[in-house]
Amino acid sequence: MTYKHVLIILMVSLFTACTTNTKDEADSATVEDRNAASGSDSSTGNSDSNSARSFGTGADGDTSMTALDDPQSPLSVRIIYFDYDSSEIQSQFRDTVEAHSAFLIANPEVIVALEGHADERGSREYNLALGERRSQTVRRQMTLLGVPSSQIRATSYGEERPVSEEHDDFAWSQNRRVEIIY
Amino acid sequence: MHVAKKIVFICLLTCLSSVWAEEELEIVIDKGIENSLPIVILPFGWSQAQNLPPVDMTEIIANDLARSGRFVPMSEADMPEKPTQIKDINYKDWRLLGMENLVLGNIKQNSTGDYDIEFRLIDVYKGKQIIGFHIPATRTQLRRTAHQISDIIYEKLTGIRGAFNTRIAYITVKRLPEKKRLYSLQIADADGYNPQVLLESSEPLMSPSWSPDGKNLAYVSFEKRSSAIYVQDILSGQRRLVASSPGINSAPAWSPDGSRLALTLSKSGDPEIYILHLSSNTLQQVTRNRAIDTEPSWSPDGNKLAFTSDRGGGPQIYEADLSGKRVKRLTFNGPYNARPRYSPDGKNIVMIHGEKKRYRIAILDLDNGYLNVLTESRLDESPSFSPNGSMIIYATTVYRGTELAAVAADGSVHQRLALQDGEVREPAWGPFPRK
Repeated sequence: MTYKHVLIILMVSLFTACTTNTKDEADSATVEDRNAASGSDSSTGNSDSNSARSFGTGADGDTSMTALDDPQSPLSVRIIYFDYDSSEIQSQFRDTVEAHSAFLIANPEVIVALEGHADERGSREYNLALGERRSQTVRRQMTLLGVPSSQIRATSYGEERPVSEEHDDFAWSQNRRVEIIY
Repeated sequence: MHVAKKIVFICLLTCLSSVWAEEELEIVIDKGIENSLPIVILPFGWSQAQNLPPVDMTEIIANDLARSGRFVPMSEADMPEKPTQIKDINYKDWRLLGMENLVLGNIKQNSTGDYDIEFRLIDVYKGKQIIGFHIPATRTQLRRTAHQISDIIYEKLTGIRGAFNTRIAYITVKRLPEKKRLYSLQIADADGYNPQVLLESSEPLMSPSWSPDGKNLAYVSFEKRSSAIYVQDILSGQRRLVASSPGINSAPAWSPDGSRLALTLSKSGDPEIYILHLSSNTLQQVTRNRAIDTEPSWSPDGNKLAFTSDRGGGPQIYEADLSGKRVKRLTFNGPYNARPRYSPDGKNIVMIHGEKKRYRIAILDLDNGYLNVLTESRLDESPSFSPNGSMIIYATTVYRGTELAAVAADGSVHQRLALQDGEVREPAWGPFPRK
């Protein structure tokens, strides 16, 4: 959850950089101080020092902050799951892909990372390729819906970063996924 | 015979658990060959009886030979006598016990502080020496010398070159608090001793691959938040990035002459096999196909690449010449065959064979097309041949995670190698040491 907050902050700061001169200026009454703690995914040897940054929401800031943060919005769904040995987007995730695509089209400075994953069965390298196939499928769907491909970065971790370490059907279904990361 | 085997098994466990430190591999033999050879490794004489010898040569040799599954070393408790000189051997006693071969030896420390090892392999029934050597060694070379002795004994008695004086590379994963993980690339002696960490990372590591001269390891690292291939000098620890194009950079495989790396890149839009010429840094594309093509393995003569492709629907093993123009499908048995590796003699390919929700290690005979499934488990992966082609080391998933195991190439012997702490996976057996 901290990671999500950091990314939202970074995204908002990217946004406000266009609309305000300095970070301390605020058009509206809302000023947020957050600690930009180092991301939990930095590799060995990198450590960002904790620093506090304040942000103004900017003119259009309200829409994006609210939309991404809103637990009722389809944008709050950030994981798409897949069937075994498949990279097809199932019908129940079509709305999610559409919502994220619409958001990206409306916010052309936002870049999304699509991270593909596979369950642990079989060969690791083939699973790396399967994970990529899944993230590419989501990317393709988004570009078909009008998102410029420069806003999408599709990668794969194969089976290397499972969310569940168990070895049963449910664990595997949880691991076959594409994560949508802002 | 069975009782002796059980005693050996228990002896091995107690020896291993008392000597090995927390981080080292523990080896447990599950299933030995039925007609394994009984052998006596007599405790080596030590010129300073009042001290302990620096290394227990006897134990290393006995463990090596037992681990191959082809020998059953007699336990010291059962030995009627323990001569250290050939003239003191009472052949009749050993013949009565059914022991065909005897190894005796001596360790002497000389005036410079180094050592002289003497060993002799004796044929009990003929009553004479088969082979014997004097080997000088420094203290740090003692374990290696013991493995060299095991190699000599093994080759003399089986006709096959021994692979005890070799190393393995593997990846370990330790779970840390807050869902974090610590990955490391390590190498160790083939018996699990002397593990050395070559790289540590909080991002995944994959696919270690030995250069044919044993001096470098290529591997995949996600430290840049997506897959990239590095080549690292084992002695110096220096490394360089050799592939980091957009998309996948993975599955590095050294050519037999050490000049090129076959690898998988998806920069063209889908994963394809390329050959990277290391000195000129030029790329040669091998496969051109919309499907997934990955996991290249060089034939020992350097003329062909076996690889995994799902161009036919599901993953199967194919073979191509280096131009990629002549591609032949090799596997027709079951819906899933992946991760090929040629045997050192080029006659077989080991792979992951998936069928009815079980993923097991299998060997394909390239002459007759016969597929022999070697393991009985359900989630096996990453098979790698020993350099003499006798054994295959691989990773298997058990409840607590992945661990290493080994099986004879004909399926006759089986062992588990369990790291005490954390998971171990993706083993790669190193080459014979260069002389």
